[in-house]
Amino acid sequence: MTAIKYLSLTKGQRFLVNFGGFFKNLGRGFIGFFKRLPFKFIRLGHKLSRPFETLVDAWKKGTWMVRGNFLVFGLYQLFHNQIMRGLLYLIYEIVFIWFMITIGGPYLGKLGTLGTFSPTSMYVADAYEGLTVTLPGDRSFTILLYSIVTFILMIIFVALWYFSIRDARSLQNSYAVGKYEKNGQFFKDILDKNYHTLLLAVPLVGLVGFTVIPVIFMIITGFTNYSGTQFYLFDWVGFDNYQNLFSGVSSTANGSGLVTIFLKVLAWTLMWALIATFTNYFLGMVVALLINKKGIKLKKLWRTVLILTIAVPQFVSLLLISQMFSGSGFLTKVFENIGWIAHDTLPFDNALLSRIIIIIVNMWVGVPYTMLICSGLLMNIPEDLYESARIDGATPFKMFSSITLPYMLFITGPYLLSQFVGNINNFNIIYLLSQGKPSFGLSSLGYGDVGQTDLLITWIYKMSMEGQDKNYAVACVLGVLVFLIIAFFSLVLYGRSNSVKNEGDFQ
Amino acid sequence: MAEKKKLVSKRFAEKSQRALVYFVLTLISLIWVFPFFYLIFQSFGKYASGGIFPASGEWTFQNYVNLFTLPETPFLKWWINTFVIAFFTALLQTILVLMTSYALSRLRFNGRQALMKLILILGMFPGFLGMLVIYYILELLGMNTSIFSLILVYTASSAMSYYVAKGFFDTIPKALDEAVMIDGGTKNTVFWRVILPLSKPIIIYTILVSFTGPWGDFMFGKYITQTAGMLPDGYTVAVGLQGLTSNSDYYGTFCAGAVLVSIPITALFFWLQRYYVEGIAGGAVKG
Repeated sequence: MTAIKYLSLTKGQRFLVNFGGFFKNLGRGFIGFFKRLPFKFIRLGHKLSRPFETLVDAWKKGTWMVRGNFLVFGLYQLFHNQIMRGLLYLIYEIVFIWFMITIGGPYLGKLGTLGTFSPTSMYVADAYEGLTVTLPGDRSFTILLYSIVTFILMIIFVALWYFSIRDARSLQNSYAVGKYEKNGQFFKDILDKNYHTLLLAVPLVGLVGFTVIPVIFMIITGFTNYSGTQFYLFDWVGFDNYQNLFSGVSSTANGSGLVTIFLKVLAWTLMWALIATFTNYFLGMVVALLINKKGIKLKKLWRTVLILTIAVPQFVSLLLISQMFSGSGFLTKVFENIGWIAHDTLPFDNALLSRIIIIIVNMWVGVPYTMLICSGLLMNIPEDLYESARIDGATPFKMFSSITLPYMLFITGPYLLSQFVGNINNFNIIYLLSQGKPSFGLSSLGYGDVGQTDLLITWIYKMSMEGQDKNYAVACVLGVLVFLIIAFFSLVLYGRSNSVKNEGDFQ
Repeated sequence: MAEKKKLVSKRFAEKSQRALVYFVLTLISLIWVFPFFYLIFQSFGKYASGGIFPASGEWTFQNYVNLFTLPETPFLKWWINTFVIAFFTALLQTILVLMTSYALSRLRFNGRQALMKLILILGMFPGFLGMLVIYYILELLGMNTSIFSLILVYTASSAMSYYVAKGFFDTIPKALDEAVMIDGGTKNTVFWRVILPLSKPIIIYTILVSFTGPWGDFMFGKYITQTAGMLPDGYTVAVGLQGLTSNSDYYGTFCAGAVLVSIPITALFFWLQRYYVEGIAGGAVKG
């Protein structure tokens, strides 16, 4: 469509064109992604083949000591003035082998069955008197966890094996041209050329131990029947958890399948994320505009009042507000007097009302943030834009919709995206306010007491952390689904905001 | 004459508009402040009253006294626990965040992009599902029953929150680095002599955010203290106060505790407000 054609359309038609264009672009983006896929694989292939070339080269052209590195890590380095480097390689090799023999190997062997041996008490006839001995059984949890750790150590092992050989080969090369690296070079490099290893070592260990391993564990547990309560044994179940969630086999009290509940929670999660993000964004911007309006005094006071919400710990303010909606709460009484709720019921007994309350309270929590962010940015909008608009006779509303809003949307696109994703996982506000009430009445089925204001994230929490009917494996499946949803939105929206960026600066 | 009339009516319109804005702002302020006044009034009430103020004759200091005297609410201990945790969390997390951000912003090495992508992906998983495993690891390290476990939990994944500081480092001109390198400095010198002295706002921002975090977190705190079966003495304020809300007898005590937690945090926040605003505003634009 040409620009002239587009301009000749009426407003409604333009909207339709833009609306259709969004999906057209979306589709184009997907097709483009798959078109590029083969090239990506080819490039990956090149990348992967390079290490093999290096290894072959080292074996062919290396001295016998370089070849020795294939078996003993850091051998060449140890004998060529690189004691520190050689030792580090060697120590890892020794520790790894020791680990594999004592811990890794035995646990890895049991991974296929997740252990078969439950703890048993045995009567041992002793020379003196009979003794009851309890033989410790296998713990599937431990087997799974240690297997993951072993796999990670194995990957590091292979990587270090490769690095030690490559390093030896390049050392040999520099020796051949008469460049002798001194021992101290290691320490010099670590402050300069290899500074990133020094900086990232500790953060990475923390990341792997407390995030990477738990996330891998979580993904894998989705394929077992671990409910979170079995101390000893559980089993692989393949895709059963996924199937149960989607096939709707287990039906609830009111006859609808689990999948309907899942879809309801998902729909509310997405609806909530959308509404929460945009209400906060627009209201925050409006408040910022009001405060920054020319001739308005006490700017600092207004801002300070709003910032109070950010300063006070969120659990305090949210728990307090939830108290206002409890049985003897102040707002419950008010609602009752207005007639919004019947006598002796709570606001959170009504699905629609609780959803509205949550969105409004979320504005109370979130508007100050947007206000702060927008305040600074609003002052950056060139004043002459407004000036010329005023001369052309634009109304304040027109100025807002044609200058302020496009500018702000352009600048804060990434922020909006992260807010949207953050709201999908907005645990605090739901959990501290309504705790998901009113309930679907699902508690007897062993999928947690999920309710109509529950987001996926709070449902996961209920299923994995509290209550009697824990179901950790299904919670993990939901966790993976949450990941997929967020990844989808990030990919689609981020790609779009990038393409916006490439179109040039805001005009 | 008509001209003058127009001017007057314009001025009148402006004035009434301004009055309207003041009115709206006052209304907004009242709505935003209301819960905090409600909290303060309720903390002086004997029972949970249906209204905003405690009923007459029920005004009391007893809630505050209870906090420090009742055996089931060792508030002073909670407060000290939380302070120790917050202090060490702020210290360690700031160091780790600065290290990670500097490496990702200024250094070029193999796997840099991959690491950033990995962190992005890890952030998309619901973090608390890993608590079971984290607890097991803490047990293995033998520190599951001490408050230091919480310091470890809060700081271990600091690398994930590198975004804001990296965005700030990216804006520091690279020419400064090069000048140092030409004079024979290393990347280490650049970090200490160039980046850190210029990063006061972002350092304060990181300290502020990581210090206030433990005061508000109750999810991890609750899980660890409950699973380890810790006594109330080992709770943080968030865990302790959250426990109080389940029993309406402690309603006033909860309000009093909430007031006492909020005062120092709010004071700290307003003191360093400028840096906080800079930090989140910068982070929002750079994504």
